[in-house]
Amino acid sequence: MTRYIPNTDADQSEMLCEIGLDKIDDLFSHIPESVRLNRELKLPKPMSEMELLSHMGNLAGKNKDTNEYSCFLGAGAYDHYIPSVIKHLASRQEFYTAYTPYQPEISQGTLQAIFEYQTMICELTGMQVANASMYDGATAVAEAAFMACSSTKKNEILVAATIHPESFEVLSTYSRFKGHDIKKFGHKGGKIDLAELEDNITKDTAAVIIQTPNFFGIIEDLKGVSELVHKNKALLIISCDPISLALFKSPGDFGADIVVGDGQCLGNPLSFGGPYLGFFATTKELMRKMPGRVVGETVDKNGKRGFVLTLQTREQHIRREKATSNICSNQALNALNATIYLSTMGKEGLRKVALLCTQKAHYTYEQLIKSGVFSPVFDAPFFKEFSVKYNGDVKELNKKLLTEKIIGGYDLGLSFKGMENTWLVAVTEKRTRDEIDNLVRKAVSL
Amino acid sequence: MIGQDKALIFEMSRPGRTAFSLPDCDVPEIELAELFPQELLRENSPKLPEVSEVDVVRHFTELSRRNHGVDSGFYPLGSCTMKYNPKVNEDVAGLIGFEKVHPYQPAETVQGCLELLYKTDRMLSEITGMERVVLQPAAGAHGELTGLMIIKAYHENKKDFKRKKIIIPDSAHGTNPASAAVAGFDVVEVKSNENGGVDIAYLKSLMSDEIAGLMLTNPNTLGLFDTGIVEISEIVHGAGGLLYYDGANANAILGISRPGDMGFDVVHLNLHKTFSTPHGGGGPGSGPVGVKKELVPFLPRPLVELGEGGYYLDYDLPLSIGKVKSFYGNFGVVVRAYAYIMSMGAEGLKRVSQNAVLNANYIMAKLKAYYYVPYNQRCMHEVVFSGQKQKEQGVSTLDIAKRLLDFGYHPPTIYFPLIVKEAMMIEPTETESKETLDEFIAVMIQISEEVKNNPELVKGAPYSTIVSRLDEARAARTPTLNYAQLCDCNI
Repeated sequence: MTRYIPNTDADQSEMLCEIGLDKIDDLFSHIPESVRLNRELKLPKPMSEMELLSHMGNLAGKNKDTNEYSCFLGAGAYDHYIPSVIKHLASRQEFYTAYTPYQPEISQGTLQAIFEYQTMICELTGMQVANASMYDGATAVAEAAFMACSSTKKNEILVAATIHPESFEVLSTYSRFKGHDIKKFGHKGGKIDLAELEDNITKDTAAVIIQTPNFFGIIEDLKGVSELVHKNKALLIISCDPISLALFKSPGDFGADIVVGDGQCLGNPLSFGGPYLGFFATTKELMRKMPGRVVGETVDKNGKRGFVLTLQTREQHIRREKATSNICSNQALNALNATIYLSTMGKEGLRKVALLCTQKAHYTYEQLIKSGVFSPVFDAPFFKEFSVKYNGDVKELNKKLLTEKIIGGYDLGLSFKGMENTWLVAVTEKRTRDEIDNLVRKAVSL
Repeated sequence: MIGQDKALIFEMSRPGRTAFSLPDCDVPEIELAELFPQELLRENSPKLPEVSEVDVVRHFTELSRRNHGVDSGFYPLGSCTMKYNPKVNEDVAGLIGFEKVHPYQPAETVQGCLELLYKTDRMLSEITGMERVVLQPAAGAHGELTGLMIIKAYHENKKDFKRKKIIIPDSAHGTNPASAAVAGFDVVEVKSNENGGVDIAYLKSLMSDEIAGLMLTNPNTLGLFDTGIVEISEIVHGAGGLLYYDGANANAILGISRPGDMGFDVVHLNLHKTFSTPHGGGGPGSGPVGVKKELVPFLPRPLVELGEGGYYLDYDLPLSIGKVKSFYGNFGVVVRAYAYIMSMGAEGLKRVSQNAVLNANYIMAKLKAYYYVPYNQRCMHEVVFSGQKQKEQGVSTLDIAKRLLDFGYHPPTIYFPLIVKEAMMIEPTETESKETLDEFIAVMIQISEEVKNNPELVKGAPYSTIVSRLDEARAARTPTLNYAQLCDCNI
């Protein structure tokens, strides 16, 4: 029970004596009687390590996992392959038991890894600077909207109806309290409706937020968007899937001002929704408005290269209520996973992952449509995820597939009115042709 | 090589070298041009590193050697609770049944995850004296923000729209005022009294029907238990405000005193501090938020409930502030904290706080002849010294911190709290032995001697680290934030 507490009774007595006290309770004698807990906490009896392992094994065993089940569920969290090296390297205690690198002389490992991470995020997104990461993709969207409001000194945010519903909900929560206005603009055939955007954007618009691939899996065509946004002196915020950026033009190419997204797909396990990381990149011009930690290069007093946390005058521990954000951590270990992932995949590997996803997703789509049981919803290009309409009840379909050890697609009817019985199917590089054929066979036969 | 400039992974890159292993495509392939219009496609692949697997492994192993973790040695970083992170908790968080589970799987396939979240809520509620605890916030600052939103929603639901101000002590963490600003509050600062606690008279003068609440860390950032808490609670509640507990220092009070019993209405905990989950080099953390009964309707959704058919996610919470994060929080972190509580039990947790407080007071007793203690009274889990005596001799707290690096220690938190000049905040935690403390104390005494006899030695530290003192001003003046900029600079 006390294997994590080394002080023995003898140690305690000796230490109390040095302090000038008799017993442990004397340490707390100044706490007012009325706020002291004069009973034991009601908690389960402590477990030995053996008992704990067995207990946790039982709990974990009550879940169905994606090793045993074929996972075609995505909707913001994806079952991509995680190379073995990642866990081995990120499990080194020097990484995971360290704190924020406030003392750079003994934190060069974390600092350099973050510098490399920032470089990779810039390279993927086509942006000039990136921070050390945020909590997740959804909070990164909310932080980006805040940054746009504070740097444009405007209050209104226009959001594409096709962004992830969780991103929209987090943005709504943040905005409600901060007092920013949020307006949605609709889609046409699954893609942003440029005419509707044009109708809604005004000189009061601080930012326009678009996700690509959007929640339906469709690659948005961003041509002309940035001109429209910038004409109104607003900022263009793009949320994207980093793996898609190996194949598709970057948001930077389309004139984005802030690029965010969720980095779970870069070597982080599904882990029932977290911890993941949000990435955040912007232009050099907006660098000093950026939230979160940033690592920069410098030299030590002998001229040797080193890395430090920098631009800290933006941050809460210095600026307090005037900080660009209240965030004071990053998802360093998840960003490390992403950095090792991108190093391992490399230039060629990431493209191959993206291509495998594309081919397998399109094959699955074709097979489902060919079956006659599913019909197309949109006629628009998609990446690793797509929407199809089922000619029955999607809830029943997913239930029955579970009995076949298949985790089916996301029921879009849960999030979008009028999209009942529409299935959002994700196909990563992990799904084999056998699994896909099996999905189609089972889905059609039910 | 230690001692040499470490190459960036990009500098190791050689065209054609690979570290990945992927299967061939087993479905009929379609030309990209048939699938996508050309203008959507990227012309050149992103310039990611081209290295072998051995390169990757050696590179990140070498980087890890340039770090200091809790397993490397004593890490008395005040306010951060750098306690030992139990290994078995890493193992259980990595179980396939927890790690390979999709957040949108149907409830009947994730009963283990939901049960764990539900039971963690129950246990943390008991530990803090709250009605419910929600596990969605990803970090302490995120918990603060969530808690403040709940406070605002509570007042607004009563049609009380005037309460736009939050009172925060001058000794508070910087996240407190920053979180209040993000939640749309104005910040009013309350001064500390000569004992380091909230100045009661000053607090009274601030109260009005515009005050939404008070944020307090207790023990506070000076490591002192604010014994005025009962009166503070009466004053704030008497004026219609709510009391927010910043749980950053909860490691001092487990099983000893509960925020709920102190009068707090909302509390956040830092699972990565008090409940032993690793800090990860800056994250991921987890900042659960607990509330009293009347605030439960405002919690972020969903909540995990237990019904006849088992555990389920309840989204039907009309007064909920909404979501503050995707899915249900940093689940993997919660698994570790749950395992920790199950290992410790009630008696174990109480021993945690007893020994954390004992260790801090022991350090104070042994060092106060050498370093000035601005608030000379019983401390809780951490002790704040001032380096002002040494400063008078020309050596700053920063110098002392850097000198500690030469002895293999992570330095204490420095220059915080802001109300103490040349502050050094030492939090030993309960997982350190008397021998470790004695060695550290001896080194601190040695450094205080060096300050007197050889100040230049201390001012030039560190000497034993991979890099010596880094030029932080240069980094901020001409920011070089990635390799592309670095290359530009070098040309």
